[in-house]
Amino acid sequence: MSANGYEAALHGVTGVRGVRGAMVVTGSDGLVVAESLMEGIKGTAVAALAASLAARLGRAMDAGGVGSGVFWHLQAERGALLVVPARSGMLIVAVAEPGVNAGLVRLELLRAAESVA
Amino acid sequence: MADDIKLLSAQLAQDPHSLVFLRLGELLRQKRQFDLAQRVATNGLERHPHLADAHDLLARIQADRHDYEHAFDEWDMTLRIAPRHTGALKGLAFLYFKVGDLAQAESHLREAKKIDPDDPAVDQALAMVRGGAPAAERGSAEAVPVSAEVAEPIPEERVFAGLEGAQEGLLLLDAAGQVLGGALKSADGQDATQAVAAYLAGVSQEASRTAKLLGLGGWVGLSAEGPRGNVHLTPPTQDALLLVVRDRSVPMGRLAVIAQRAALIARRWLERQV
Repeated sequence: MSANGYEAALHGVTGVRGVRGAMVVTGSDGLVVAESLMEGIKGTAVAALAASLAARLGRAMDAGGVGSGVFWHLQAERGALLVVPARSGMLIVAVAEPGVNAGLVRLELLRAAESVA
Repeated sequence: MADDIKLLSAQLAQDPHSLVFLRLGELLRQKRQFDLAQRVATNGLERHPHLADAHDLLARIQADRHDYEHAFDEWDMTLRIAPRHTGALKGLAFLYFKVGDLAQAESHLREAKKIDPDDPAVDQALAMVRGGAPAAERGSAEAVPVSAEVAEPIPEERVFAGLEGAQEGLLLLDAAGQVLGGALKSADGQDATQAVAAYLAGVSQEASRTAKLLGLGGWVGLSAEGPRGNVHLTPPTQDALLLVVRDRSVPMGRLAVIAQRAALIARRWLERQV
């Protein structure tokens, strides 16, 4: 898939009200493959941390017998980070405001993950 | 016990070469004063480097501190010095059991039984390793009775007493991934507590860094869906991490509510420990 193809996959995610940006990130090393972020968000650093967090959490979930994560949602005081892994190992990441419709973002992330799989 | 510790400390001070450090270190270990116990054992070992019991003592302290790598080295050294040391054989069996190497665990226990056929702890541990233990005990590495945490259940583990899933789906950790309370079982009933705790050790720090970098403030929760269950992580205090695991029938929103309730209990419990 081309870089344009990855960016297109993110349109549905960034179209959800309250989403400040979205990225496609390699799960293994946290490199940004495509991004559509509002100004002020440090994409490369967020990608690296998101990948690292996903890897740690994935190992813990595997060890706990619930299987690798299919969706995770980091909630913070002033916003959220939502992630869905694609079959290829890519991560689809969304940065959102606190009151975002997390269910809708999840659906769009899953759609994006399907299209980049 | 406190008087004994004072008495033995005085004896050791009078005669630093005395073997009384073995009893003193063991008493301190039983009182869970691990820093002191380790200092006593290490000082004793400096004076008696070829004393198998001293290596065994240090190994037991390290095992209680979850420093399994060093505990392994010390029990290994104990056996090099005294190949028939049943304490070291049981200790190594415990460590092998913990990492899931049941064949090695059983082999060490069989060796211990040959040397001391009347030791009931060995029979109990063998039954556990062979899967013959009662269902309630099966799968718990701690049930291999070689360390203080086995022989004397620590009250801290009752932090979630009375809460649903206290022994299978709630886990409270410190910042270093050490278990403070609760327990976790995998879908097939195996004890997954230590493995999950180890993997989660850095998650709190990573979540905190990610949230800060994004200008999102402090993180309040991390929920995740897996194919066979849902999990929710939350930091009840800055230095602790709470994990709640439920099967997929419990929706994420309800899981967050359960986690909030457990976090409140954990916070109160942690405050009482200060």
